[in-house]
Amino acid sequence: MLEQFLEAFQGIGILNLTWGNMVMWVIAFALLYLAIKKGVEPLLLMPIGFGIFAANFPFTGLMDKGGLFYIFYHYGIENELIPPLIFLGLGAMTDFGPVIANPKTFLLGAAAQIGVYVAFFMALLLGFSIPEAASIGIIGGADGPTTIYLTANLAPHLLGATAVAAYSYMALVPIIIPPIAKLLTTAKERAMVMKQMREVGKGERVVYPLLASIVIILLVPKSAPLIAMFMLGNLFMESGVVERLTNVSREALINIVTIILGVGIGATMSAENFLNPKTIYIFILGVIAFAFAVAGGVLIAKLMNLFIKNKVNPLIGAAGVSAVPMSARVVQIMGREANRDNFLLMQAMGPNVAGVIGTAVAAGVFLNIIK
Amino acid sequence: MGEKKVTAPLPGTILKIKVDVGQKVSPRDVILIIEAMKMENEIDASVSGEVKEVYVKERQTVKTGAPLVSISIS
Repeated sequence: MLEQFLEAFQGIGILNLTWGNMVMWVIAFALLYLAIKKGVEPLLLMPIGFGIFAANFPFTGLMDKGGLFYIFYHYGIENELIPPLIFLGLGAMTDFGPVIANPKTFLLGAAAQIGVYVAFFMALLLGFSIPEAASIGIIGGADGPTTIYLTANLAPHLLGATAVAAYSYMALVPIIIPPIAKLLTTAKERAMVMKQMREVGKGERVVYPLLASIVIILLVPKSAPLIAMFMLGNLFMESGVVERLTNVSREALINIVTIILGVGIGATMSAENFLNPKTIYIFILGVIAFAFAVAGGVLIAKLMNLFIKNKVNPLIGAAGVSAVPMSARVVQIMGREANRDNFLLMQAMGPNVAGVIGTAVAAGVFLNIIK
Repeated sequence: MGEKKVTAPLPGTILKIKVDVGQKVSPRDVILIIEAMKMENEIDASVSGEVKEVYVKERQTVKTGAPLVSISIS
C-alpha cells in the first residue's frame, strides 16, 4: 500500500521538474513576451514559445514516440511536409510582377545569398560539421520555412536554434539593414529615383511560374519540393480561375500548418538540445550571415550599375534579404529619407521575391551536394 | 504660372486625401496617403500653389502614374 502510494507520489510532475526544464520555461516565456507584448513575429513565436513550454513538463510523453508533439514533429517537419505547404501559400500571395518587369533584380536576390555561404564557411571554421554549417548558413537567407526545411533534412538537432534565430533576425530586419546599407552607399546613390516599371500582362504572369519551375528545377533538382509548391500556389493566384484554392492556400492552409510547425519546433527544444554553446554560435553566425546578405545585395547592385543603362538604386539590393515584404519596406523608408520623392517599394519587391526563390535554391544546392 | 499634375509613384489604395479643391499647399505638404504592401506612403505636393482638382476618391485603387491631384503653381 505505502509503496504504491510512494510510487504514485514520485510520478507527480513537480518533483521531477529539472533545472533545465525551468530554464527552457524562461526562454519560452521570453519568446511569448516578445510575441505578445512586442509584436515580434507573433504568428510563429507564439506557437514555438508555447511548444517549448509544454514540452518541458516532466512525464508528459508529448515528445515520446507516438506522443502528440512527436506526431507534429515527425510527420510535419521531419518528413518535410509542412515547409513546402507553407511555400504553396507564399506562392499564392507573391506578385512576380516586379521581377518580370525588371529581370535584372533576380541577380540581386541571388547576390544576397552570399551571406549564406559566408556563414557556412565561418561555421565550418568554428568546428561545425558540413550539414550543421549548411543549416546555420541558410539563416542568412532570412526565410523561415527554408531554414526549417534544410535543418530538418541535414541537422535536426539544431532545428530549434536555427528556426528561432531565423525568425528573430527577420523581425530585426529594420534594425540590421539600415546601418549596413548606409555604410555602403552615398546619400546621392540612395536619393536616386528609378525609372518606372512597365506594366506586366496577365499572359506573362501565368507563364512565369511554369517557366521559372523549368529553369530552377532543372538547374537545382533538390530545390523541387519548395519551388514546385511555390510555383503551384503562384499559378493558382495568377490563373484567376481557382480562387477557392488560392484563398485556402494563402489563408486557412498556411495558418493551420503554421500552428503545427511552430509547436513541433518548440517541442524539439529540450534543455540538452538548446542549452549548449552551439546555440550561442548559431545566433552569432546567423547575424553575420544576415549582415553579409545585405552587403552582398548592395555591392552587387553597385557593380551591376557599372554595366547597365537603366541604373538601379543600390538600396534595393538590400531587399534581397527575403523577409517579405519587410526588407522592401525598410528600403522604401531609407530611399525616402534621402529624397522625399523617392518611392522604391515596388522596385525593391523584385529582389525581395527573388531572395525567397534564391534561398530555396541555395538550400537545394546544399542538398544536392551534401545528401 | 502653370500646372502640376501629381501622379501615383507606386500602385496601391488611396487611404486618405488630405486636401480640398482651392486649398493652398507648399512643397512639403502631404496631399494624400497611398497604402501599398500594408505600408502607408505619404505623397507630397512637391510644388507651392493651389489645389485645382482632385482626381481620386478614398479607398480607390490606383496604378503607377495615375493622376492624383492637379495644383496650379503660384
